[in-house]
Amino acid sequence: MPVLDGNVLGGLLHEVFGTEMTTAVGTCASCGSSREVAEFVVYLGGPGVVARCRDCTALLMVITKRRTMNCVDLTGLSALS
Amino acid sequence: MSPVTRGFHGKRREAEGGRVPPGQYVTEDFPVLSAGPTPHTKEEDWTFSVRRGGKEQKSWTWTELQKLPVEQVTADIHCVTRWSKLDTRWQAVSIETLLEQVRTDAKYVLAFCDGGYTTNLPVADVTGGQAWLAFGYDGKPLAPEHGGPVRLLVPHLYFWKSAKWVRGLDLLDSDEPGFWETYGYHMYGDPWQEQRYAGD
Amino acid sequence: MAGTALRRRLTWQVGTVGKVITETATAKTIELDVPDWAGHRAGQHLDVRLTAEDGYSAERSYSIASAPGEPVVITVQRLEDGEVSPYLTDELRPGDELELRGPVGGYFVWDGEPEPMLLLAGGSGVVPLRSMLRHRSQTRSATPARLLYSAKSLPDVIYRAELDGYGDAGAEVSYTLTKRQPPGWTGHVGRVDQALLDQLAWPAERRPIAFVCGPTSFVEAVAQGLVMLGYPPSRVKTERFGGK
Repeated sequence: MPVLDGNVLGGLLHEVFGTEMTTAVGTCASCGSSREVAEFVVYLGGPGVVARCRDCTALLMVITKRRTMNCVDLTGLSALS
Repeated sequence: MSPVTRGFHGKRREAEGGRVPPGQYVTEDFPVLSAGPTPHTKEEDWTFSVRRGGKEQKSWTWTELQKLPVEQVTADIHCVTRWSKLDTRWQAVSIETLLEQVRTDAKYVLAFCDGGYTTNLPVADVTGGQAWLAFGYDGKPLAPEHGGPVRLLVPHLYFWKSAKWVRGLDLLDSDEPGFWETYGYHMYGDPWQEQRYAGD
Repeated sequence: MAGTALRRRLTWQVGTVGKVITETATAKTIELDVPDWAGHRAGQHLDVRLTAEDGYSAERSYSIASAPGEPVVITVQRLEDGEVSPYLTDELRPGDELELRGPVGGYFVWDGEPEPMLLLAGGSGVVPLRSMLRHRSQTRSATPARLLYSAKSLPDVIYRAELDGYGDAGAEVSYTLTKRQPPGWTGHVGRVDQALLDQLAWPAERRPIAFVCGPTSFVEAVAQGLVMLGYPPSRVKTERFGGK
């Protein structure tokens, strides 16, 4: 079961956001904990990629790829800096 | 398109003509794909509920489920990530057997699961011998990483509709998107029409 | 060119395979010639994308094994039932082209900080840590360094001669072999446990920085163990590879 961390999203997020993102600090909208993206719990496979809060397992990011376009949903984060 | 990598094929093999939907590749593996941590619900704690408007209409315990007619189901399964696995064998109870015990005119269901996953289906697609609650795979109890103790099995649709760790069905009048459907995946998901994304 | 990180859009580009070096029975090091490579930091990785003739594609990430300033080189461990790694270790030849994206990463990197570094490798998790040790050696850094490398057996250890050589540069390298040990083995045996961490980790008072890399279960156990020794979580950097 591929359970990894946010490091594996580094390339895709850099491409989408135009800058290094694994050191960006994300705040969980559910429990308020703040961690670097590299420390998110990442589930690969399934139709898309899911990143969850390491402290409360709430959904932080969902990344889906439609044809050639990447779609990053960040609604689980109350802040990302 | 990306440049072709010399000599790369992946782990796929040629599909027997007509057996595999467009864009799919056959694999012998059974990949474990999920959107969250594996729940570990014990059989003695497991229940399955059919609800309508938030109210439970009927529920079954593990023991009660086992008392219903069990079928040996052989099916080809097709994942939207493009792998297909042929002739998978399951031990399962037809969902029709459960829904028969609930009087409803609902047209849709939203399956809900341990861990929070949901997926939507028309009632017409979980009846008529097309859908099951599966608790055995290949003659053994369904492993947690593959959705055990019980998962949905709806082989005629993309496999994200065969929700793992299923705990019940919400009966609905109109179609509501479940987890992946909310993120742009197709509301229905017919692999034979390649309905992967909304609008396909 | 070394040390200048050009601000360029990170996107897929094509590299040409140079030498392919056999490291162990299941691991190969692949040199890549990447036009306009902007340089990389120790610990970064790159993404590789393989595309079949019918358009099917698969992507994986591989840590860069070379030091900053050196040509980019990756080491790939062949996974028995892998989809990409067997292609890279069995099929790829010098002269082939490979689509890649990188360098990637800003969290799991060592830029020469002076605080003692504790490197913990589970299997092929040693790759980015080797980049760090190479960087340390090439810059003649005085940073105290310790590597604990967990491998199934001695033949599975990657870069053994090079790693043992770092002892002369003041880096302490030790191995723990979990499945098989050679006759007369005097090194550690078995998985990294709290006792071994207690024995080998820099004391927390020295404000060390730890880099833990390997399969997810290895990383979680070791990271937790270091926190129990008093390492602040922010000083334990983790990178999880696929695996049990």
